[in-house]
Amino acid sequence: METLFNLVPLVVFLPLLGLLLNMAFGGRMGEKAIGALASAASGLTFLVSVLLAVALWAGGGEAQVVPFAEWIRIGTLDIPWNFRVDTLSVTMMLVVSGVGTLIHIYAIGYMHEDVRFKHDEKRYRRFFVFMNLFIMMMMLLVSGDSYLMLFVGWEGVGLCSFLLIGFWYDMDTLGRPSWANANAAKKAFITNRIGDLGFLLAGMTLFWHFGSLQFGEVFNQAEQIAAAQPGVMLVITLFMLIGVAGKSAQIPLYVWLPDAMAGPTPVSALIHAATMVTAGVYLVARSAPLYSQVPDAQYIVALVGAVTALFAATIAVGQYDIKKVLAYSTISQLGFMVAAVGMGAYVAGMFHLVTHAFFKALLFLSAGSVILGLERGHHHLAHHAGEHGEVFDPGDMRNMGGLRKRMPVTFWLYIIGTLALVGIFPFAGFWSKDEILLDAAKLHPELYILLTIAAFFTAFYMGRQVWMVWFGKPRHAAAEHAEESPRVITVPLMVLAGLSLLGGALNLPGVHSLGHWLEHSIEVLEHELHLPAWLEISWGGLNPLVALVTTLLALLAIFISWLLYGRKPLEGGQKDPLKKPLGFLFTGMENKWFVDEIYRAVLLKPYEALCRFLAEVIDWRFWHDWFHDKVIAGTYNYLARTVLDLRVDQQGIDAFANGLGELTKRASTTLRRVQNGFVRSYALAVLFGVVVILGYLILK
Amino acid sequence: MIPLTWYLVLSAILFAMGALGVLIRRNALIIFMSIELMLNAANLAFVAFARQYDVFTGQLFVFFVMTVAAAEVAVGLALIVAIFRTKHSIDVDQMSSLKG
Repeated sequence: METLFNLVPLVVFLPLLGLLLNMAFGGRMGEKAIGALASAASGLTFLVSVLLAVALWAGGGEAQVVPFAEWIRIGTLDIPWNFRVDTLSVTMMLVVSGVGTLIHIYAIGYMHEDVRFKHDEKRYRRFFVFMNLFIMMMMLLVSGDSYLMLFVGWEGVGLCSFLLIGFWYDMDTLGRPSWANANAAKKAFITNRIGDLGFLLAGMTLFWHFGSLQFGEVFNQAEQIAAAQPGVMLVITLFMLIGVAGKSAQIPLYVWLPDAMAGPTPVSALIHAATMVTAGVYLVARSAPLYSQVPDAQYIVALVGAVTALFAATIAVGQYDIKKVLAYSTISQLGFMVAAVGMGAYVAGMFHLVTHAFFKALLFLSAGSVILGLERGHHHLAHHAGEHGEVFDPGDMRNMGGLRKRMPVTFWLYIIGTLALVGIFPFAGFWSKDEILLDAAKLHPELYILLTIAAFFTAFYMGRQVWMVWFGKPRHAAAEHAEESPRVITVPLMVLAGLSLLGGALNLPGVHSLGHWLEHSIEVLEHELHLPAWLEISWGGLNPLVALVTTLLALLAIFISWLLYGRKPLEGGQKDPLKKPLGFLFTGMENKWFVDEIYRAVLLKPYEALCRFLAEVIDWRFWHDWFHDKVIAGTYNYLARTVLDLRVDQQGIDAFANGLGELTKRASTTLRRVQNGFVRSYALAVLFGVVVILGYLILK
Repeated sequence: MIPLTWYLVLSAILFAMGALGVLIRRNALIIFMSIELMLNAANLAFVAFARQYDVFTGQLFVFFVMTVAAAEVAVGLALIVAIFRTKHSIDVDQMSSLKG
């Protein structure tokens, strides 16, 4: 059993192998083979993760550090590349590779049609290469034994997110030529950079004060350093929170996630719902020993999570795009998780992370199936009527309606996902969300209220979506002709539906298997709490009152959504029935509370102005025109042209040389007259010379 | 006996006439003859001194001069003939190709 732990590097290298094989030979393989290879790489990774889990379980859950390679060694800094196999990392590995594999299989079908609809079949292979790269990076993130290795994975998944959001980089979400998708990718990447800067600062501060980035060494010193320098711990944990807010899409950095829906739907499901965005939750859970030393930071994390949960849920109410609703729902649910791990309810947070991965992947993939169904319908129509060029948005819920009859399989799967997300007994979301709410009620009642309202909104927007998409009459001809998706798409969804249905079994009240499992990795501190009597009731850890309140609220929300959207289904072109009663509030929800516009006005505009100032005035006019052209080039030109060239060279050296030549010339012009060619004058000169010499000799 | 001075005066006059002839005449032959005249003026001075001092060397020298002059005339006349052939003239002023 012990030797099984040595398999852990495979979780990184299997996906790497998959992507390398696809890169090298994918060009000669068919679509099926490419998808199968990528799925196999992911599936084998899942298998390894299962083996690791088995080995851990057999070994009593004791954390293992598997040394792999020497990485950085400079002076006293020594960071090896070690793998950490403990219950927390293995849980993440199982979720990532398990859900990842299902999504890979789904993508075989989805991308086949997507590349067909978008007329670029060459991108099929690229998609699977990126997906395997993502699995690899995510594994690097969860399996590393140091903050630095975690950061490498953290950046790697950010890169994959960028690459896959911008997968259709030369078009917008409707397939028209534009840079909209590329801009969405850039937005995600740049927003994440801000978060990553926070993480980097946290890591540097950590290294400065702890002298190490290895988890074990850091956590051992946590208590001691927290006692000596409480401020340092606060700084580290809050910087880390910025990283978490970036990666896990929390206020104020959540704005990238809705735009990230520009990527293909499997990407939205895998990266932007199930796995990558939970990396922030994982980071807080992993850093539990640090966070539990600073209750202030914990409270801020929890507050950010709870506020995000409510804020994003309100926006989701006003969205019309099927994926945008789910995107804001994801932000909201991530808020739940962040709130949970912030409060110190690590088990509840991780539990929700796992169940959310199941049901949100299910919802996204079902939404993808719906979109494909509509595209098929539209394609069918265009084929028959011969109409081309009409811009049709297959993701707009206002174009849907009545799909329940056209796509029955997807319909039932979607209902299961919705019930799980809403938190209806006995679906997975019921158990996990309830655990978070119970912990919130015990620890921070004000956050409990925020989260409960968020849960109410969750039920409402999901109800709205279900009525709009599946019930009523089709509002667009494409919806009338929508077709059910093939098996390769629906079968993975069925597996996910099963998990969404049964996922609650992971941590049932009274048994708490996940809690006991994670106990080996996260030390959960029990606080002495003075609770009101109604909170003291416990059915094996389940409080019936809390559960009842949320369930009743959820049912109420579904009922209201039925009143508004189900009783009288929307007609084509009709305005949202909420618009009238809520007025400007609904306008705010529709327009995401104008956060993007506010960011543009408050941050981007001044930033652009600053950039323009720096570029035009400082760089161009000052450095280039003045300093470079005038000072440097001007001085140099003066020295070269005037001093050296004119004065020294032309007027000095050249003048001397020319003077010599001139002198010689003049002398010779004068003297050549003597050489007149007349023999007699030479003779006269000789005579004269003789006379002079003789005269001299005689007279001296 | 005629005193030495007379000989020397005659010699000087002959030399001056020769030199003048070289300087002012343009005919190459006349110039040649003037040169001969100057040589013979020098010969006369040699002979006069030899007789005056009763030294034999002066007379001997005259023979040398006459021999050399004969050789010189031979070369010189050949040159003049050659020049005449090319230039059809023996005017020395025409021979100024080396004029600077």
